[in-house]
Amino acid sequence: MNGLRVHNLSHHYGQKQALKDVCFSVEPGEFCALLGPNGAGKSTLFGLMSRLFTTDRGRIEIAGFDLGKNPRAALAQIGIVFQQQTLDLDLTVRRNLHYFAALHGIGGRDAARRTDAALDRLGMAERAQERARDLNGGHRRRAEIARALLHDPAVLLLDEPTVGLDAASRNGIVTHVHELAAESDLTVLWATHLTDEVWTRDRLVILDRGQVRAEGQVSDVTCGRPLKEVFLQMTGEEAT
Amino acid sequence: MTPALIALRAIVLREALRFVRQRGRFISALVRPLIWLLVFAAGFRAALGLSISPPYQTYITYEVYIVPGLCGMILLFNGMQSSLSLVYDREMGSMRLLMTSPLPRWWLLTCRLIASTLISILQVYCFLAIAAVFGIQLPMLGYALVFPALIVAGMMLGALGLALSSLIKQLENFAGVMNFVIFPMFFLSSALYPLWKMAESSRVLHDICAVNPFTHAVELIRFALYAQFNLMAAVWTAVAGLVFLLLALWGYDPARGMIRRKV
Repeated sequence: MNGLRVHNLSHHYGQKQALKDVCFSVEPGEFCALLGPNGAGKSTLFGLMSRLFTTDRGRIEIAGFDLGKNPRAALAQIGIVFQQQTLDLDLTVRRNLHYFAALHGIGGRDAARRTDAALDRLGMAERAQERARDLNGGHRRRAEIARALLHDPAVLLLDEPTVGLDAASRNGIVTHVHELAAESDLTVLWATHLTDEVWTRDRLVILDRGQVRAEGQVSDVTCGRPLKEVFLQMTGEEAT
Repeated sequence: MTPALIALRAIVLREALRFVRQRGRFISALVRPLIWLLVFAAGFRAALGLSISPPYQTYITYEVYIVPGLCGMILLFNGMQSSLSLVYDREMGSMRLLMTSPLPRWWLLTCRLIASTLISILQVYCFLAIAAVFGIQLPMLGYALVFPALIVAGMMLGALGLALSSLIKQLENFAGVMNFVIFPMFFLSSALYPLWKMAESSRVLHDICAVNPFTHAVELIRFALYAQFNLMAAVWTAVAGLVFLLLALWGYDPARGMIRRKV
């Protein structure tokens, strides 16, 4: 079984419940927007899905691998773009990608070939020799997405990847990742609090105060109403 | 090359590149022990009389005595510096990259430990070379035999740093670690004065020094520099290193450790 499945996932920070019985699934080739206001539990969910920490309640399956029972096989199938910038700014883009490849046990010619292919895919081939510090925000994000795809993951997780980007870069990256999902059968989970990053053909999960408020195709969730209005109504938060 | 070795090479290379870029760190790592050697030791030479005790076979000057302790000082400060950079990495996010690799987490943390230890050892050899220029020369065989001792001592102190980095919540809390870990560990050891000398002034302080793993790391280095093996010191250092490493692995365990409270 491919794609991403989250079953009855709950998590507490001490007494505070961060996630409660979260369930959803994303199929290969689908772009799923995880829409939620700040503090909804998106980062906790990403922390659990990337196994930065674990919880006893619930289960996460990545490309058919149970993250709790078979973490290494599951992690090998995930590409992650964190909200925080994680490039080594003093290294070139190519070196950053090589370092990541090595962390996945990929070295030598295979790493070089994959790096070229990933950069090419994101339109970053010409910037391979530039230091990450010299790139603008949009290109840094592209480099991070290229890096996350280097090991051909089945599932791509992006945690608010457009934070801090200008409108043009944001639009470019949103479009690009949508195309990636459609063209390469990649399962994409895109966390955001911005409704304009969600397209009508996407799958949608609305998360609020640790609970899933709605899940399904965007058109099914909105029933013809503007997404922003539906989101505001469900969460009682100010969306942009 | 196996995936584990590919990762090790990349992590060592990254740490080396980072070190080369931070020339200030390299210079300060050398200046600190050199000040102790050339200023402090010169001043104390007259005040402290040292009798012959193993591994020394003749009377030695105070400068000669504190060289192994200062080698230990470089390893200690670097172990802590490396843990500081881990806390920084975690705050900046690049630690997440390491933690989400499909390779075993214990191996990834050990790779970081090996990388920082090798960088520390490079600095120790630079220090020994400068000390030799100032006339503090050691047996030639000692320069070679100290290498494994430096690895064991460096890994132990690096593991301590790693364990601390998993317990420290924020970068700001690190200053406390400097005060409560580095200074007591350094001063309550045989780095600056032999234990029998300490016993003359205070039995309690002597006992604290005797159980301090840093004392044993320094003694391991001291004996190795004179081509001798101190089994007791080697066992103490290795066991302490293992305990610190297990503590670090616990700290970075996604199910049990402290990291889950901080993301």
